[in-house]
Amino acid sequence: MKARIFVTLKGGVLDPQGKAIHHALEGLGFSGVNDVRAGKLIELDVADGTSDEDIDAMCRKLLANTVIENYRIEKVA
Amino acid sequence: MKSAVIVFPGSNCDRDLAVAFEAVSGTKPAMIWHRDTELPDDIDLIGVPGGFSYGDYLRSGAMAARSPVMQAVARAAERGAYVLGICNGFQVLTESGLLPGALLRNAGGHFVCRDVALTVDNAQSAFTSRYDAGEAIHFPVAHHDGNYFADDATLDRLEGEGRVALRYGESVNGSARNIAGILNESGNVLGMMPHPERVIEPAHGRTDGRRLFEGLVEGLLARV
Repeated sequence: MKARIFVTLKGGVLDPQGKAIHHALEGLGFSGVNDVRAGKLIELDVADGTSDEDIDAMCRKLLANTVIENYRIEKVA
Repeated sequence: MKSAVIVFPGSNCDRDLAVAFEAVSGTKPAMIWHRDTELPDDIDLIGVPGGFSYGDYLRSGAMAARSPVMQAVARAAERGAYVLGICNGFQVLTESGLLPGALLRNAGGHFVCRDVALTVDNAQSAFTSRYDAGEAIHFPVAHHDGNYFADDATLDRLEGEGRVALRYGESVNGSARNIAGILNESGNVLGMMPHPERVIEPAHGRTDGRRLFEGLVEGLLARV
C-alpha cells in the first residue's frame, strides 16, 4: 500500500523558497501569480493493513515538524 | 569536570567545539558517536556541534534529533547537565523538543557567513555569566536555516522568563524578535546560531566567545 504525505508550511510561516519560485516565474513572463508556497511530498510504501494511526504517528514524530508544518495523508490503493 | 561533544555524520564543528572545551577546562571531552546510547556517567557538559548532520535531510537537525544518542542527551539535560547546541546543534535541540520553536530558512534565502553583532540579553545564565547585560559582542555565523520561529505566546514567554540569551544587533536572517540564542526553562540548555567556539583565541581575530566557555566551566567547578 502506498501513502502520500503532503507536508506544507503553516500559514504565516515565511517561505523564502516559494518567494524565489514566484520571482522566477515572473522573470519568465508569467504574470498573475499571486503567491507561491513550496512543500514536500513524501511517498511511503507500507505493509498492507498499516493503520491510519501508525501513519499519523510517523508524520507527527518525524515527517512533519508541527511547530511550522501541516501534513495531509493520502492513501493510494 | 566531564564534558562530551556529540558527533553526527555531517558534523563539521565538533573538533572546534572540543578544542574550546579543552582550552578552558584543561580536559579533553569525550567524542560521542550518534549511535551511542549512553553518555559517560555524571556528564557535566554536552556540546551539540554545528555542521550538516545527515546532510540536512528532511529538515535541518531532524534526523539527528531522532538518533539514539539524543535520548541520552535528553536524560542528562533532565538531570541538570549543561547542554550547548551551536548552529546545527541549535536546530537539533529544537527538533528534539529540548528547546521550543523551530529554525526556518533565512528570510533572504541566502546562506549567511560573516561576523555579526550580538547583544547579551540575559547575563545571569550559566552560559553568559561572564558577560555584562546588554553587552555588544561579535561572533561569526554560518547558516542557511537560522530564522528563529515560534508563536507569539511562546516568544512572549521566552522574553518574560529571561530565556532570550542573545539577540542579533543587526539584520541577519529574519529571526523573530532578533533572537540568536535561547535557554530552556531550567536554564541548563542553550541553543544559539552564532559560533562562540570560532572566536576563543587572539589568532581567531576575536576572543568574544571564550568567556562563554570560561563562565560555564567556572559555574561547573563552583557546583562541585
